[in-house]
Amino acid sequence: MAEGEELFDEMHGFGEGVRAPYASYGCWFDKTTPSALLKKSRDAQTFFRRTGITFNVYGDAEADERLIPFDLVPRIIGASEWALLVRGIEQRVKAINAFLYDIYHRQEIVRAGRLPERLIRENDAFLPKMIGFDPPGGIYTHIVGIDLVRTGPNEFFVLEDNARTPSGVSYMLENRETMLKMFPELFAQMSVQRVSGYPMALRRSLERSAPQQASGRPTVAILTPGIHNSAYFEHAFLADQMGVELVEGHDLRVVSGRVAMRTTQGYEPIDVLYRRVDDDFLDPLNFRSESMLGVAGIFDVYRAGGITIANAPGTGIADDKAIYSYMPDIVEFYTGQAPLLKNVPTWRCAEADSLSYVLEHLDELVVKEVHGSGGYGMLVGPAASKKEIAAFRKKLETRPSNYIAQPTLALSTVPVLTKAGLSPRHVDLRPFVLVSSDGVEVTPGGLTRVAMKKGSLVVNSSQGGGTKDTWVLKEG
Amino acid sequence: MLGRTASGLFWMARLLERAENTSRLVEAGFRMALTRSQPGEEEWRSVLVTAGCCDAYLERHDTIEGEKVADFALRDRSNPSSVMSALHAARESARMTRTALTREMWEAINDFWMAVRDVLKRPPSEADLPEILTLIRQQGAQVRGATTGTMLRNDIYNFVMLGIMFERADNTARILDTKYYVLLPSSASVGSSLDNVQWEMILRSASAERSFHWLNGGNITPRAIADFLIFDTRMPRSLAYCYDTITYQLDWLSRQYCQRLETHDLAASLEASLTATTIESVFENGLHEFLTDFLVRNASLSSQIEKDFRFAE
Repeated sequence: MAEGEELFDEMHGFGEGVRAPYASYGCWFDKTTPSALLKKSRDAQTFFRRTGITFNVYGDAEADERLIPFDLVPRIIGASEWALLVRGIEQRVKAINAFLYDIYHRQEIVRAGRLPERLIRENDAFLPKMIGFDPPGGIYTHIVGIDLVRTGPNEFFVLEDNARTPSGVSYMLENRETMLKMFPELFAQMSVQRVSGYPMALRRSLERSAPQQASGRPTVAILTPGIHNSAYFEHAFLADQMGVELVEGHDLRVVSGRVAMRTTQGYEPIDVLYRRVDDDFLDPLNFRSESMLGVAGIFDVYRAGGITIANAPGTGIADDKAIYSYMPDIVEFYTGQAPLLKNVPTWRCAEADSLSYVLEHLDELVVKEVHGSGGYGMLVGPAASKKEIAAFRKKLETRPSNYIAQPTLALSTVPVLTKAGLSPRHVDLRPFVLVSSDGVEVTPGGLTRVAMKKGSLVVNSSQGGGTKDTWVLKEG
Repeated sequence: MLGRTASGLFWMARLLERAENTSRLVEAGFRMALTRSQPGEEEWRSVLVTAGCCDAYLERHDTIEGEKVADFALRDRSNPSSVMSALHAARESARMTRTALTREMWEAINDFWMAVRDVLKRPPSEADLPEILTLIRQQGAQVRGATTGTMLRNDIYNFVMLGIMFERADNTARILDTKYYVLLPSSASVGSSLDNVQWEMILRSASAERSFHWLNGGNITPRAIADFLIFDTRMPRSLAYCYDTITYQLDWLSRQYCQRLETHDLAASLEASLTATTIESVFENGLHEFLTDFLVRNASLSSQIEKDFRFAE
């Protein structure tokens, strides 16, 4: 962002006083002493540590469990702002599902010349084994997390579509539990929409997606890579809240054409598997043969209609960063409407003109790996040193097609509690979306990630980012 | 329930029980060493033997000394049955089976692990030991409280109780076996001060000295002690009590699952042989032989459970 450009603060706008959604909160805050709040903040940390809401960091064996910093100033979104977002998200998610169906069938979008064929053919996330297959209910992405950023009152941009295995929903739920415990009086005063219905809504939506042949209430299970996975807490949390089994690959095997779990009383078939294991590791017979995390033969059972896998294998193609830059076209192509949510302008470094622009403006841009995630392997131009930029330039010149670049947006801020009182920090937002034959359901809330360091734009928890509870207010 | 969950619950409970038992052994050793004039090498050796880690200890240390033994038994991670190792593994099992535990129970186990990890950051000095051992006992009691106070009485609870009782029976049998020679009538010097110390060590290791004295008044004979720890169903660490509970839990499982497995027959025969035996016949046929036989049968029943309830593929 340009020097001196004014930032939009979600509580204080562009400096014109407390904005409407924060009005009650502002009054309450003014009557509260900072020391009392700081004490609550410490209580919250203890609570998270005891509950075990921690995440594991790969390659960090001894300090194996870390807490994600939690800030207790809520991020508040008004009812009308939210309604706008929901319409945009629904449109986008429907388009993603239509896109996935299309690229695994007739590839009309390629035939129409709206998307280069090589982006699919050369994409690691494209799964040829899914070609021609109709997943149960025609749904590919049962669970989606759309990452949004904001630059003004009604200026929202989609930063990323998470269509594989979006994580973070347990933080949405636990952050709310913590806030309810710490500030019951605030919830009594303000009408905040509930998020606690999410686990049951997830279970319902998974059950709806069961294969035709399931009789009685479908058996749902969550597949986790195990306790050493960084999101293990979330897997266990969701299984617990949904009342379903949490299984690992070695609990499962194919028994008479069904995927079944080994129980104390024998093997029991599963109808719907919410897998938190990547495509590559899902089935050693069909994909990576050395995988210990999957189930041999599950993909064949899937293709024969014996089980629903959520999300469907091969959905990763939709959240690839190279595909991302085509999302406005994709939305328009499948819905026939202009996209309601904007994309961040994106330069595809694979294209010569874009590459030369990016190379000339490295100090202003954010450059990301096409297949990267978690904030690793990226360059934040305005924050980088000359040396870092020079090093990155070399990487970019060697493999341009591996990168995309975006301008650094003037991301909105939300206040966090510091020892010196409230102080603005940059945030993003991941609302959680469920898709079933009943339609698209967006939980009113989401995961707000916050860069805890002043001025920083990196919100990833693996890089020291924190979280906040996200409040969506009721109408009126 | 998943077989892996049953396994996780069973081993979580065994390891928590083991952590407490090990700390109780150290407590007994510490107490003995304090009340004796000469250095209590023998007491510390029997602590190591009972905890099943004497050889491992001697690989790392040349001499048997209280502080070293306490450190090895409490915090040495190279010793798989140290309190820290057992708690770490128990917590991993708890994480693995987290969906089967109540929130209170998980928090009690997590608190146990965090509290002990904090006090055992450094090797414990003799002065810190009483406080550390008290903490372990208290944290263990909290887990037990959460277990009995918050868990549904279903197969989850059955596997937890089974884990506790197998470990406990194994521990009590080993406490007795380590000192069986002191309990033999042939060790003629009954009533000598050395033997009083030995008996007290046995009773303290099983947290049984107060209840034994309360029930038996002044009658401290080897026979009475062995009878108490093997056959007295009022004593919650006796072999008979453990087997009462084990058969009760197994019967419960068999009703719930509508199946009777090899496990049930093995357990019934073990319990029957406990009921049919008297302390007189144990001493007649050899205490050591009796305990060795019990330990083997206890272990093979435990393996049969793992097999029958499909703990692993």
